[in-house]
Amino acid sequence: MSKIFDFRTCPTTGLRVDRTAEKLIKANAVAAVIFLAIGGLFGLLVALTRWPAVHFLPADWFYLALTAHGLDVLLVWIIFFEMAVLYFASAILLNCRLAGARWAWTGFGLMLTGALVTNVAVLRGQSSVMFTSYVPMQAEPAFYLGIILFAVGALIGCFVFFGTLVVARREKTYAGSIPLVTFGALTAAIIAVFTIASGAIILIPTLLWSLGLVAHIDPLVYKTIWWAMGHSSQQINVSAHVAVWYAIAAMVLGAKPLSEKVSRTAFLMYILFLQLASAHHMLVEPGFSPEWKIFNTSYAMYLAVLGSMIHGMTVPGSIEAAQRARGLTKGLFEWLRKAPWGNPAFAGMFMSLVFFGFIGGISGVVMGTEQINMIMHNTLYVPGHFHGTVVAGTTLAFMAITYLLIPLIFRRELAMRKLATWQPYIFGIGVAGISIFMMGAGTLGVARRHWDMTFADALLPFDYPSVAYLMMALNGIFAVMAATGGLMFVLVVVRSVFFGRRLAENEKPSYPEVPPQAAAVAHYGSAESPHIPGTVFLVGIFFVAFVLYYFVNWKYLSEVWPLS
Amino acid sequence: MAITPPTERIWWRQPIAKVELVWIIIAFTWGLIMFFMMIFWHGAGEQNLSSEAYQIKPERFAAHAQKMIDDHQVRIEGGFPVVHPPPGSDVYLIARLWQWWPILELEKDQSYRLHLSSMDWQHGFSLQPVNINLQVHPGYEMVLTIRPDQAGEFGIVCNEFCGIGHHMMVGKIYVAE
Amino acid sequence: MTDNNNDRGDASPAANDDQEMLPLMQRILDNPFLLLVLGVATPAVFYIIWGIIEITQIPIAD
Repeated sequence: MSKIFDFRTCPTTGLRVDRTAEKLIKANAVAAVIFLAIGGLFGLLVALTRWPAVHFLPADWFYLALTAHGLDVLLVWIIFFEMAVLYFASAILLNCRLAGARWAWTGFGLMLTGALVTNVAVLRGQSSVMFTSYVPMQAEPAFYLGIILFAVGALIGCFVFFGTLVVARREKTYAGSIPLVTFGALTAAIIAVFTIASGAIILIPTLLWSLGLVAHIDPLVYKTIWWAMGHSSQQINVSAHVAVWYAIAAMVLGAKPLSEKVSRTAFLMYILFLQLASAHHMLVEPGFSPEWKIFNTSYAMYLAVLGSMIHGMTVPGSIEAAQRARGLTKGLFEWLRKAPWGNPAFAGMFMSLVFFGFIGGISGVVMGTEQINMIMHNTLYVPGHFHGTVVAGTTLAFMAITYLLIPLIFRRELAMRKLATWQPYIFGIGVAGISIFMMGAGTLGVARRHWDMTFADALLPFDYPSVAYLMMALNGIFAVMAATGGLMFVLVVVRSVFFGRRLAENEKPSYPEVPPQAAAVAHYGSAESPHIPGTVFLVGIFFVAFVLYYFVNWKYLSEVWPLS
Repeated sequence: MAITPPTERIWWRQPIAKVELVWIIIAFTWGLIMFFMMIFWHGAGEQNLSSEAYQIKPERFAAHAQKMIDDHQVRIEGGFPVVHPPPGSDVYLIARLWQWWPILELEKDQSYRLHLSSMDWQHGFSLQPVNINLQVHPGYEMVLTIRPDQAGEFGIVCNEFCGIGHHMMVGKIYVAE
Repeated sequence: MTDNNNDRGDASPAANDDQEMLPLMQRILDNPFLLLVLGVATPAVFYIIWGIIEITQIPIAD
């Protein structure tokens, strides 16, 4: 190994840590949290405006804030954090130097520049076109340019990740196959390459169109390819946060996957089929055949859903197996009751798992059913669903692992522990509320991306049912709760990272408690079947809820006007 | 652990625990049921979106709509023509900034061929409180057969963001007994 | 279920680095660039290309 690379040895895990990779992880994570704060603030303003009794922003500011909210959290926060996850899962977990550090910094610079350019374009007020920017509605050129720069930067980050995999294998910094978490990150990186390529294919011509150099962009073609980016970018999140679940279960409880084969095959289902679900957005468009819709919207016969359902058992199953091996064997749930609920990394991770499955996962599959989509498309059900996946799922998981990154990578003691302990609960429950009440309002037909559900200024009168108003008020209340949880997170991170006590070179952090690797208690692939009755029970409840909710929605569909 | 390489070199040959295998089989079967449910509904269900569509210039679509209005207008309401087309006929609904034009008056349990297209940006046809939601594109005409099975007054909300007047874009469909 | 400990041995897992010995599926899953090609090609063909073909086949109204 060349001497020019600077490593330290982690006192907790014994891993060699490349200091350049460490700096890049820090930079990307800090940028991510800054944009989470900005985007979260816009989100609060949106929710307060949609709370009928408050109706906070005027219409033009509402549409501006909604555009900025979508961009800053759905794209900027998440992709920045994913870059941190990619560098962590490659350089750190593989004991390796980061390949092409200069490229990684270039990518970071491009992403930061792009995010700022697009934000400025939106704040100037001429680009309130929503995150989706459907043509022929047109934004300023800078809006598209910023997203393109951001995407190119992220693509560079992906290739730095692939390069690091190559270097690690060549330099034999690990033995055998890459760790499961790295495999999950690889899944995210592969989906990211498809996502970004699709974005480039459609946004570069759109930029030229907004500059007046291209005459026409077909709205249907735009929408098809845009969603290859827009939906797949959320599939990066799914892959990344599942990897984060496995990582937290391993780091906090020493849990081992029940079966490497099963978990990796589940990720393979993601690699191959998850991105087909971009068709969820194209189910009520003119002209597509039922064959195209059914094949794509079902992720090729629900094979990617199979992947998620597998992770939904193996992640809690591995936790239960580890806990039982520690002696927490009483009844169905002693392992769960006596889990480290005071550790925000674990609490956030477990809530992310439950909310993603029950709220985001089930609603996504139901809404993505070809015919059922007609009673949900573009209603508030849609943002209700994806706040369940991307916020209660991804964002909560990313917040959870941040509590481990602060001591392990930032080498700072976690500050404001009481606040940190409460944070995942406040945020998680707040977001779960947002999701559920938006889905409720959507079921009653309330439109998404809409400033005034009373239609006070419309030429023709129309009223939503009064229950819908209640739903939107509850949505507002839970949004305030989620925003409080988000603020708590930002406070803890800023206080710890910038003002927290620096850990000495060989000091092990005392909190959150991270058992050394030797404490790994479970053996995967053991000859006898793992004993996980609690997980089986939970998975059974999930399955029953899934089946019931699925058929209830077919019932709803059968009650609307016949059409063909 | 999940953060370290697998301990067995040949992990692919490790046996799968029975509990996992059972769950995989259940989940896979459920996926097949959901897949075939969509196909089944194409035969057995009454709510299937047609894939009939055409490329059309906005002016041309507007001309079709105007002809329908000229032929079948029955009154004017709030500045909007109200049209009562004969059952079974072709019915045109224009989406534009920020109106659904004209107001349609249909008859219960009669079928109509509904044509939808936009004059400018994308719009979202959201029939309430029935809750049927369709995307309307400029340059494309979607044609579907609808059969209202309830009488009354229905709103058409726009649920695709279409600029600053988006929240004022409301249309109407009457269904007579 | 068989006894899995047979495969493990006492040597380090990488003692034998001969990829030829590994099962096919494991070699596929250990090959990030093959997975990258599959993961980009599958949605490109089934979602994007098939979808764009369908759009181009929408007839022009008469």
